[in-house]
Amino acid sequence: MNTRNLVVRSIASALAVVLLVGAGSLVFAKAKDKGERVISIKVKRFEYSPKEITLKKGVPVVLELKSLDVPHGFNLPELGVRADVLPGLTARVRIAPTRTGRFVFHCDIFCGTGHEELEGAIVVKE
Amino acid sequence: MAAHINRRDFLRLAGLGGVVFASGLAHSASAATSKDSKLEEFYWVQLSDTHWGFEGPPVNPDAKGTLRKAVQEVNRLPHKPEFVVFTGDLTHTTDDPAERRKRMTEFRDIVAGLDVKTVKFMPGEHDAALDRGKAYRELFGEPSYTFEHKGIHFIVLDNVSDPAAMIGDVQLAWLKAHLAKLDKNARIVVFTHRPLFDLYPQWDWATRDGAQAVDLLMPFANVTVFYGHIHQEHHQMTGHIAHHAAKSLIFPLPAPGSLPKRQPIPWNAAEPYKGLGFRSVEAAAESASKYEVTEYPVNKA
Repeated sequence: MNTRNLVVRSIASALAVVLLVGAGSLVFAKAKDKGERVISIKVKRFEYSPKEITLKKGVPVVLELKSLDVPHGFNLPELGVRADVLPGLTARVRIAPTRTGRFVFHCDIFCGTGHEELEGAIVVKE
Repeated sequence: MAAHINRRDFLRLAGLGGVVFASGLAHSASAATSKDSKLEEFYWVQLSDTHWGFEGPPVNPDAKGTLRKAVQEVNRLPHKPEFVVFTGDLTHTTDDPAERRKRMTEFRDIVAGLDVKTVKFMPGEHDAALDRGKAYRELFGEPSYTFEHKGIHFIVLDNVSDPAAMIGDVQLAWLKAHLAKLDKNARIVVFTHRPLFDLYPQWDWATRDGAQAVDLLMPFANVTVFYGHIHQEHHQMTGHIAHHAAKSLIFPLPAPGSLPKRQPIPWNAAEPYKGLGFRSVEAAAESASKYEVTEYPVNKA
């Protein structure tokens, strides 16, 4: 099962990367057309930069995420957003906040000793 | 029968009354498991999240002693469990592959002191996610497997070797093929590390494709899941399937969502080892879906 497992995982990963790049480009093109703000976030072990982002309720933005080292995740469950942030690729997710509050995002791809501390927050204001 | 009474007496005298949990479909909760199997009463012990190699005096100044104390406590039980199972995070993560193997070897040496015939293991993400289970396999074998014991079909699922916390399509296909061979009334127990349901995704207390495993298990009448990861006792149903999380043996974590951050609960010198422990699980003879769970502290050794 191990060799087959690895082959299937490799193919699945390659397909996921293709889909990720395609989906990200589409998100970016649409955002550009609409003149939406693009916010760049860098991720490395064990820090998102910026760590906190303030948004305005009702104003959509695109987050553009890049990993500076190993694969990371960007998971914002309360707003239903997640992405793989893989080295060498740009992950893009669109957020259209409809409610105010502080929403924590975290890395959901285990990345090392400080993985559990790798988190940040989106603050949505009126 | 005598052993049964003695064990019960011990629990009562020690003030350790267990809690009986029942899963299963209502119409079959007390049905026999299948046409040709009969229920037998026995118990096992679950230990979890030992994180051997962790250092952090503010949350556990006895990080090197707690596991050994737990081993002593298990050995002091008046009736030997049929087996002991460790539900992952045997070691605390390290980026150094040599140190990872050293910690696993030390862990294995310590738990070799358990006075039981059979010890079952599975990895947590701290053991397996950084090298996709390579070191774990070298020292403990396959991270997913099945075994039978006295009428119960045990399934060990690996939801940590993929660093994205996924069971994966290959393992799900294996699970599906395996379940296809079982009677729908089979008595099934699943051991895994992370919750198979979305317990609290904000703290990463979930398995990304765990719902697919639960869906595969759902047609079976008598399924119970025992897991770790969240460092506290927790009980939840998904449909007729019961999920029971175990305490840790290194530091407790707060209840899901009870604090802004998921961080270890600091050590309380007035109540050392509070929140840490292990459990016994007794499979009832009268019902295929009934288990008596008894929690034990580690501070007596």
